[in-house]
Amino acid sequence: MMLTTQRATAEGLRTNPGLRRGGTSKASRYFRLPLLAAALIAASHFTPVFAAVPATAAVDSTGLAVTDSTVKVGILHSSTGTMAISETGSIQAEKLAIDQINQAGGVLGRKVEYIQEDGASDWPTFAEKAKKLLVSDKVAAIFGGWTSASRKAMLPVLEQYNGMLYYPTFYEGLEQSPDVIYTGQEATQQIIAGIDWVVKNKHAKTFYLLGSDYIWPRTANKIARHHIEKLGLKVIGEDYYPLGNTQFNSVINKIKLKKPDVIYAIVVGGSNVAFYKQLKAAGIDMTKEKPLLLTISVTEDEIRGIGGENIVGAYASMKYFESMDNPANKAFVAAFKQKWGNDIVIGDVTQAAYLGPWLWKAAVEKAGSFDIDKVRAASPGIEMKNAPEGYVRIHENHHLWSKTVIGRARADGQYDVIYQTPQLIEPNPFPKD
Amino acid sequence: MFSGYSIADLSSIFVMQGFAGLSLFSVFVLMSLGLAIIFGQMGVINMAHGEFMILGAYVTWLTELFFKNYLPGLFGGYFFVAVALAFIAAALLGMLIERVLIRHLYHRPLDTLLATWGLSLILQQTYRTVFGPREVGVDLPSWLMGSYHFGDNIEIPINGVFVMFLTLIITLMLGWLMYRSAWGINVRAVVANRAMAGAVGINTARVDNHSFALGCGIAGIAGSAFTMISSTGPTAGQQYIVDTFLVVVFGGAQSLIGTIASAFAISQSQSTLEFFLSGSMAKVLTLLIVVVILMLRPQGLFASRIRR
Repeated sequence: MMLTTQRATAEGLRTNPGLRRGGTSKASRYFRLPLLAAALIAASHFTPVFAAVPATAAVDSTGLAVTDSTVKVGILHSSTGTMAISETGSIQAEKLAIDQINQAGGVLGRKVEYIQEDGASDWPTFAEKAKKLLVSDKVAAIFGGWTSASRKAMLPVLEQYNGMLYYPTFYEGLEQSPDVIYTGQEATQQIIAGIDWVVKNKHAKTFYLLGSDYIWPRTANKIARHHIEKLGLKVIGEDYYPLGNTQFNSVINKIKLKKPDVIYAIVVGGSNVAFYKQLKAAGIDMTKEKPLLLTISVTEDEIRGIGGENIVGAYASMKYFESMDNPANKAFVAAFKQKWGNDIVIGDVTQAAYLGPWLWKAAVEKAGSFDIDKVRAASPGIEMKNAPEGYVRIHENHHLWSKTVIGRARADGQYDVIYQTPQLIEPNPFPKD
Repeated sequence: MFSGYSIADLSSIFVMQGFAGLSLFSVFVLMSLGLAIIFGQMGVINMAHGEFMILGAYVTWLTELFFKNYLPGLFGGYFFVAVALAFIAAALLGMLIERVLIRHLYHRPLDTLLATWGLSLILQQTYRTVFGPREVGVDLPSWLMGSYHFGDNIEIPINGVFVMFLTLIITLMLGWLMYRSAWGINVRAVVANRAMAGAVGINTARVDNHSFALGCGIAGIAGSAFTMISSTGPTAGQQYIVDTFLVVVFGGAQSLIGTIASAFAISQSQSTLEFFLSGSMAKVLTLLIVVVILMLRPQGLFASRIRR
């Protein structure tokens, strides 16, 4: 979810090509040889070598922070600033996954250690910290980013220093980087199945599109409008409000006047809370489905702020709900609550963040190496059969094949799962007309 | 855009839209009154105004939790207690901040801007550490939820009406305090001529301290009321700060009447424009109108004639 279109200036990050990993600069070779030698000596003389644990030299040819017993990864989210509200769940999920991986024996016999950095809700800070993680800490992977703006800020750094980012948020698409694995859904996966479902099952004919005014809702609504019009149905209103707007009475009146079958809402952040509270206060009872409300921006995390009684009856289309009924999800939810407290809720992005370390582990094991290039080559086709959301697989375009789920909000802040697409939906980050 | 709608539909929409405008008006007045005292009367650019509001919101949330867990029988009335506590908490914090920070900076307005901005960051991080980074949901007693029905289509949100009454009461009380009480005379005397006020025996430092505390306390009440219509999180105060300054500056900094008139003008033009345009465009046009008027009339709508 991109919050502003602000871009990090990449000047100053492009000045030191000798540091590119896997490159052949003299500097890196000079430093690597003694390190390798030391590692080999250490491996053969001082530490017991298990047959199952391959030598460090064999699994790391580019000087990453890998020892015989550990490998370092980075966690880079905002734990301070505006976005801390959303990113805290992702941090918790990634730490849980890393814990569980370590309990199961680590990756290639090595314990995963994380270095946590704070992006502080500031996009240039994300770029800076990503550079620090790659250049100074030499992490083997970064789990991080939340807003599209933070991801866009990190991209040039990742590409210059050859890093691998696991990015958890559902987002607007229109991007595909060799240095990013997108574990959330891109826009078409999330949107089209949801609209098809309301058209088929709720006989919706008219739509009112509403969003916060920045790239994700605008792009998403563009995709939604295109699909709605392709089905021969009508968009009878489209409205955007600035981020942080807290007064929605006017648009609620417009909705009442135009009487759409579906309110398609992509409001984010604090505005979300204001919008649903005022919708409820204005007498629109979503349990009556007149009109029906479908959103792609309200996870269980957001409902905590909105209050369940203000959003009960709304539908959401995304790929994961905490209430999904399968053994893998039950185990995930139990472990999450055991680690982070019972009153916590788990939203779509939190689950997607949890997939990151596991997908990375699988790719590393398939490649037999922590080398970024080898992990990248091994990534397409990696599957996770027992993800909390079900089965997922990495596509050649670095997004995930996933199913889209429709949930209906309950008064207790959870969703009832109403429908799940029977097939995995192919990620299509560059939709054509 | 009105073709194809029945007269009944249209008239009910106009009634509701009129109410939406009034409700926005009362929100603007409530959030600006505190700043009108602090910035308008005292000349302190308080960038932490939004954080004082959020303190009120958190106090409301805590009060709600307390009533829910210990006094469930009185839950329906908790909001009145919460409003009072929010005022007290924000006013006490304001008093403290004035004592340790603001009073050293009265002659350096630009430094107060930086200092209070720093203060707002400190408060945000404190809320985040104490209450957690996630938003909290404040449950309303049932009598504040839902709406009044008139005819088929007209629905007036109850909490909107409540905010209006609260705003009216606070405004009347503040008007009385400023223009009818002995304390108000002192405040206005200090604003008009600090040296002379001191010379006739007014304790100006104390007046400053109490004015600042009063402004912060009203911000706390505003924050408490806004838990009904929007979010409560560590950074939610940022949503209000721009609009708040806009209203106060546009109204003419020294005038309470000006603040109210300006809140009325901005809220009405915004809600009318929002109805005909997209929300973002309405905001842009409103700001444009304000900028043009301020260019023609830099002192704002109502400037009181005082000797500086």
